[in-house]
Amino acid sequence: MPRPLTITTPGDRQIVVTRQFDAPRDLVFLCYSKPELLRRWYGMPDWTTFVCDIDFRVGGKWRIGQRSPDGYELASQGLYTAIVAPERIEQTEYYDDNWTQGGTVNVLTLAEHDGVTTATLTVTYTSPEARAAAAASPMAEGMEIGFRRLDAALAELRQN
Amino acid sequence: MTASDQLDATFIALADPTRRAILARLMEGEASVNELAAPFEISQPAISKHIKILERAGLVTRSASGTRRPVKIEATPMKQAVDWLEKYRKFWEVSYGRLDALLEALQTPTNTDKPSRKKDDSNA
Repeated sequence: MPRPLTITTPGDRQIVVTRQFDAPRDLVFLCYSKPELLRRWYGMPDWTTFVCDIDFRVGGKWRIGQRSPDGYELASQGLYTAIVAPERIEQTEYYDDNWTQGGTVNVLTLAEHDGVTTATLTVTYTSPEARAAAAASPMAEGMEIGFRRLDAALAELRQN
Repeated sequence: MTASDQLDATFIALADPTRRAILARLMEGEASVNELAAPFEISQPAISKHIKILERAGLVTRSASGTRRPVKIEATPMKQAVDWLEKYRKFWEVSYGRLDALLEALQTPTNTDKPSRKKDDSNA
């Protein structure tokens, strides 16, 4: 059984994704920082990664592009703004189509406890409107993924 | 309201635990303000305020007639926000599921991706 994923929308312009992994954090960190490892796991189901360039150093550029089975391409890029191995990666992200109305600041923190690593990704949009624009964007539309029914999602909200 | 404005209002409405609880209760069926206030240790005016916020976000409606004036959930705007969060969730669930498998492979000594690589390749 995969460990549960938590998504929250604290404040008015953030999205926070939290997940635990049965691995030491230096290994998890490595999977984020090496392009040959990152491209093996990051991305949408059934999409191919056609570019995964990573200059993993502060000020270094990164670019990731993916293609859907029917040819839709989605690419984003940015800069690494802070790196503290193996616990923190800060990077900016701009989508080619700019539907996030400016970039986001993505902060990943890794904390290890008893051999289990907790990864917390905090995505901060430039404004509440930008977060909402992202939600109404082609990214959301482009993902041909079955939805759970509303009541199932609300059952989860109820537990929070 | 545009789709973006609607989502913005929905996210703000959903950011509060009391409002989430009210919506969860309304999923089971319409209810009066009194009935909605009952499980909470806060005043009825405070509950009314939360309901007004949900109303403004278009997430609930109140019938204009009758003494109970029951509150009813409006599924469409909520579905839009929940659908997006679900897609976002799916993206990370799938990605992190693959990361699980990769981490397991990296930690298996017989695998070509030996864990010792992490020291040799460290970017620190």
